[in-house]
Amino acid sequence: MATLAGAQTTPYAGANVWRTVLEWLTTVDHKKIGIMYLWAAGAFGLVGMAFSLVMRTELAQAGTIISAETYNSIFTMHGSVMIFLFLLPVGAAFMNYSMPLQIGALDMAFPRINALSFWIFLFGGALLAMSFAVEGGTASAGWTAYPPVTLDTGNNAEPPGAGMDMWLVGVILLGQASIFGSVNFLVTIFKMRAPGMTMWRLPLFTWTTLVTGLLILLSTPVLAAALVLGFIDRNGAEGAFFDPANGGQPLLWQNLFWFYSHPAVYIMILPAMGIVSDVFGVFTRRPIFGYRSMVLALVGIGLLGFIVWAHHMFTTGGVFLPFFMGATFLIAVPTGVKMFNWIATMWRGSNVFPTAMLFSVGFLMLFLIGGITGVFHAAVPVDFALHDTYFVVGHFHYTMSIAATFGFLAGCYYWFPKMFGKFMNEGLGKLHFWLLFIGVNLVFFTQLLLGLDGMPRRINDYVANPGWELMNMLITIGAFVSAAGMMVFLYNVFYSLKWGERAGSDPWEGTTLEWATTSPPPAHNFDSLPEIRSERPLFDLRFGERLQDDPHYHVNNGHNGHGSGGGGASQPSESAREEG
Amino acid sequence: MAASAVPHKRVHPVRSFLVGDEPMTTGLWGIIFFIFSEIMFFAGLIAAMLALHSDTLLWEPTNGGHRVEGDHLLPILFTVLLVSTSIPMQLAAFAIRKGNRKAMLINMAIVLVVGTAFIINQYFEWEHADFGISDGPYAATFYTLTGFHGAHVIGGLVFIFAQWLRGLLGHFDAKRNTAIEAATLYWHFVGFVWLLVIFPLVFFLS
Repeated sequence: MATLAGAQTTPYAGANVWRTVLEWLTTVDHKKIGIMYLWAAGAFGLVGMAFSLVMRTELAQAGTIISAETYNSIFTMHGSVMIFLFLLPVGAAFMNYSMPLQIGALDMAFPRINALSFWIFLFGGALLAMSFAVEGGTASAGWTAYPPVTLDTGNNAEPPGAGMDMWLVGVILLGQASIFGSVNFLVTIFKMRAPGMTMWRLPLFTWTTLVTGLLILLSTPVLAAALVLGFIDRNGAEGAFFDPANGGQPLLWQNLFWFYSHPAVYIMILPAMGIVSDVFGVFTRRPIFGYRSMVLALVGIGLLGFIVWAHHMFTTGGVFLPFFMGATFLIAVPTGVKMFNWIATMWRGSNVFPTAMLFSVGFLMLFLIGGITGVFHAAVPVDFALHDTYFVVGHFHYTMSIAATFGFLAGCYYWFPKMFGKFMNEGLGKLHFWLLFIGVNLVFFTQLLLGLDGMPRRINDYVANPGWELMNMLITIGAFVSAAGMMVFLYNVFYSLKWGERAGSDPWEGTTLEWATTSPPPAHNFDSLPEIRSERPLFDLRFGERLQDDPHYHVNNGHNGHGSGGGGASQPSESAREEG
Repeated sequence: MAASAVPHKRVHPVRSFLVGDEPMTTGLWGIIFFIFSEIMFFAGLIAAMLALHSDTLLWEPTNGGHRVEGDHLLPILFTVLLVSTSIPMQLAAFAIRKGNRKAMLINMAIVLVVGTAFIINQYFEWEHADFGISDGPYAATFYTLTGFHGAHVIGGLVFIFAQWLRGLLGHFDAKRNTAIEAATLYWHFVGFVWLLVIFPLVFFLS
């Protein structure tokens, strides 16, 4: 197996470096595109992290090191890069790489459009990056780009320049890449499943890909509409959409923007949830608890995600508070179901804790804090008090930023052997986990406390109120500890690529189809597929015969919706393929 | 199992009308999802129009110009023309489902001619409008919505023209016609969105 995996990293005999480069530039293979997404998004993530270190250095003590304009530009680009160029594409990377393998497909439904998505994404990213070089610098209105800050109203001291337009166009391109990607994911899941892979047998990561795809498909175009209106507003319409001086409405932007950007939170966190679910399903040595309720919770989160956008706008006075407060509270229900199921899966499992599992458990802890502080915000009176303080910053970093990142890091450690045929180093992995876990909690829990103390967000200097300097210093220390953790990770990636221990095709005793092929998989993914009679085909392959004689097994896995094993689902009448 | 041994084809009238009775190809699934995303894009723009209209102090062009009204015939005429080209487009799809490439080409030619005429008329509407894009919410909305719709019409026409050329070269038959079905669905979408754009913009919102 090891020699086979080694042989496949060299595409063909006599390949030289330019051929390899050309092959990657022109590839339409979902695995290579996924890996390219991963490298590109990882690089952008490191850039985003560097921005955060600049901000933390500035805020470590009262007094200024960099100017307010520079600070505005840095925090704007930190948010934009982290969201549009790191979290969203990392999700796309795993969805590209793993989803077709998990459903036993040859490739995506539209491989060339898949490649097009990637290159549009890269071009959009380059456009954002290039805005550092233009007159007036980058966009500096925050990643939310609220007008009239984005406009030249005649009142702002330094009206935003070409960087703002590049930001708008860049994000339109990134959105277009997302939309093409989501069409691809959806059609692949609906049309390309292997025989026997019914919808109720999809691995949970594939289910999250499906729901995420729908969210992208229906919300991203609305962002595109907002962005083109913003662009026209700046270039020709002179504020007729968003500037009250010319009859526009600033709140219109906020409504359109959050109609995308709230679902976008779920677009970022759902793939991470899917990864964590799959990881729990493997390293607890148990089927995931409540598979169907997991799927329904996922769909519930997706649906509710569309009717809560205005909870970002409670203090504007322009939204109907009771509805959006109630709807936002409701989201705690499906999220709680998922939380319960993950914990119940670990309960009495034969848990093992390789780094991927550590990050998954870390995900639970971080997401718990993030989720509960989210319920605080859903309450209108609390939100009025905490709006635009560091409490908000701490909350959303806990959920969509750092919890999602932990999920994606779990995915890195989990799928790295599949992608490159080698394990990541476990010792370095554990060091990475603990540094990052301690670092991010130091940063974001302190930010929650700082926010309760009333420190506003998006400022480059502050009055040295009692405790503020100490807390800010702690946050800065935490940021650098986290960054050290990420450097360990970076070293681990290169170390493991070079010297990592060889992994066989199924190093974790996985349960889903991606472990049924070699590591890395051949271009056509599978030489042969095992029979698919449950959502854990590889488990059935390994233990099916032994369990067939176990009466307990059938009792536990009847048709009553547990969906937790192979027994009940192995009746032939249920294995008929669903026709799309 | 015995019952499902004989393939049982469910026939749904709407599905049958729109995409035929064959199993939908991946391409057709793709264009349907893509059209959903396009609908959401226009939903965003149209929502913006309604929001601006409901809350703005002055809807009329701020330079004293005149809104494009429904009282002269051309907008109505070309609206009827554009929307009715959904019929020849659908007839083209029907024709190729039966393998009749010639009828398909003729119907698509009608669509191409009328669609191009619509675009030319849009150009003259823009020429005649006595307000600029910066003259308040109505003006900006007018140019943005008709502009983006026009861009989609042009996109649809290019798509149909490319398939028309392929048809001339002898592509497409009763089994292989995904691109024609896709172009048809897209053209229906373009016509439908025009109704949502033109009626509020010209007739309802004042």
